[in-house]
Amino acid sequence: MTRVLQQGSEAVADAAIAAGCRFFAGYPMLPFTELLEHMSRKLPGAGGVCINADTEIEAVNMALGAAATGARAATGSCGQGIALMQEAVAEAALNELPLVIFNMARGQQDYFQATRGGGWGDYRTITYAPKDVPEAIEHTYLLFHLADLHRTPVVMYGDYIIAHTHVGVEPSVPDLGPLPTKEWALDGSMGGTGRARQIWTWDRGKPNTPGLGPDAHWKDVAAKYDRIDQTEARSEQRLVEDAEVVIASWGTTATVVDYVVDELRADGVRIGSFRPLTLWPFPGAAFARAVAGASRVLVYELNAGQMLDDVRIHAPDRSAVRFIGSVSQDQTGMRQGDLLDAAVVRDRVLSALKEGS
Amino acid sequence: MTEMRLIAPSSPALLQSPDHELCPGCGHPVAWRQVLEVVEELGIADRTIIVVGHGCYTQMMIRSDLDSLQCLHGRGPAVATGVKRMLPDAIVITLSGDGDMVSEGLAEVLHAAGRAERITSLLFNNGVFGDTGGHMTASTVVGQRTKTSLSGRDPEQHGYPIDVSRLLANVEGTAYVGRGAVNTAGLVARTKRMVKRALQLQMEGAGFTFVEVLTMCPTGWFVPTAAGPEYLEEAMMATYGIGELKAPEA
Repeated sequence: MTRVLQQGSEAVADAAIAAGCRFFAGYPMLPFTELLEHMSRKLPGAGGVCINADTEIEAVNMALGAAATGARAATGSCGQGIALMQEAVAEAALNELPLVIFNMARGQQDYFQATRGGGWGDYRTITYAPKDVPEAIEHTYLLFHLADLHRTPVVMYGDYIIAHTHVGVEPSVPDLGPLPTKEWALDGSMGGTGRARQIWTWDRGKPNTPGLGPDAHWKDVAAKYDRIDQTEARSEQRLVEDAEVVIASWGTTATVVDYVVDELRADGVRIGSFRPLTLWPFPGAAFARAVAGASRVLVYELNAGQMLDDVRIHAPDRSAVRFIGSVSQDQTGMRQGDLLDAAVVRDRVLSALKEGS
Repeated sequence: MTEMRLIAPSSPALLQSPDHELCPGCGHPVAWRQVLEVVEELGIADRTIIVVGHGCYTQMMIRSDLDSLQCLHGRGPAVATGVKRMLPDAIVITLSGDGDMVSEGLAEVLHAAGRAERITSLLFNNGVFGDTGGHMTASTVVGQRTKTSLSGRDPEQHGYPIDVSRLLANVEGTAYVGRGAVNTAGLVARTKRMVKRALQLQMEGAGFTFVEVLTMCPTGWFVPTAAGPEYLEEAMMATYGIGELKAPEA
């Protein structure tokens, strides 16, 4: 396999197309814009369609329509545009349409948006937060697979580092196993047969083929998200076996944190790290095991404390948890600010360790 | 005694059940019946997908024997775009009321027309949010009483209605724009011909096609049921003229 130098956005676009994505719609917005550009350039050649939509609301609804035909469909934006899409994300969750959403975020302040629903009704979105471009490629394949497997909207939480960094990649399509056929997909062929199909969040069905109705259907959907919560959480941990302190972080920020962890280990500090690959479902059980022997749990993320909530929910001892992150945005508003820096992380870790010791 | 003779089935073949939960005097079922009959006559029932917005007409979709996708309020033409682009041979029809399309979803229908999407969008316009119990929409005509314009729509306070058909007729991407009504038998028949023309043009891949149908909502208009057709003519037709606003040469 040839190794090629690619921008992250292009690598993700290639992975999406290789994964079978045949419909993409988006509204340009940095740092998501390049993904839309690459899709508009490459999808037609792969037999697909890319639409430069006129609003984010239209983009996500177009993708939803494409998904209803059984096609692999995706959209994306950054957090601000994805805020506009939330109603349709909820719709996809509750009428069980597979949809992949790329959030090339402007920072780390959309954790709640990605993990707490955000639209209406009881639902969650499986959310992968890659730390770098190779992982983003891997997650792209996985997300299309999981969307189909669970019939749910899923999110990739990227950022400008993933979108804009050029790295050498070796494209290869993983075999993720079989998927159920999409018997629910609409193609118009059932009209006039007495058994026409209906897709609706209320699952009312039609007189000859009644659905469950909203109460039973929404209970089923909620139970599905409970199952996903039990089975789909993924995480990575480093050097936690003898760690007195464990630092939790996510996404590209985790690469800086791990650099600091290695530095401090070299200085003799018994520190380890924990990183959720899935922000939802949050890998709570793995996290609890990783911090079981630690007297201090630190959380570093570039927001006012969002993953912090999940850490507190799952920490065996909440009093051990300290938040050492902060909102940090550069002056363009497009990317993380000064606190995405190893020296800052190191200082904050050391200050937290001095406190109360 | 006059001999009774059945000249047409009492219920279109593409309904799974003739029941509905709409009010007496509602014009929507009359309008929808024309669509179902045209789909049947054109022989396209086995490749038609209906994308339906939110309003009283949602009830009719449940009972129609056509593949259907219930979408978010106002977003039908965007959803239908995704459907049609993935299934170019399907006949894709969106159904909206004036609240769904003119109030909530004006951007979606205009942009779909601009892109010349090969879909047919239907607007059942009764000038009122019937589903919520009679509130003002962006197509409520001047002087019309609603629960949020009790003394009648006043341009000083509420502005003016938006005539979507006229807007769309000026968009390059539209192939057909027709406006009918269902308050008289003659107009019902004319409306059916408009729907047929629009769907035939979609089958030919002509561009975005659009039919607006003025429908009665005596409940939302606060008029006696029997007065609905007359009120439609007096109140709505002065603002919304009937006819083909844009059509290719026959």
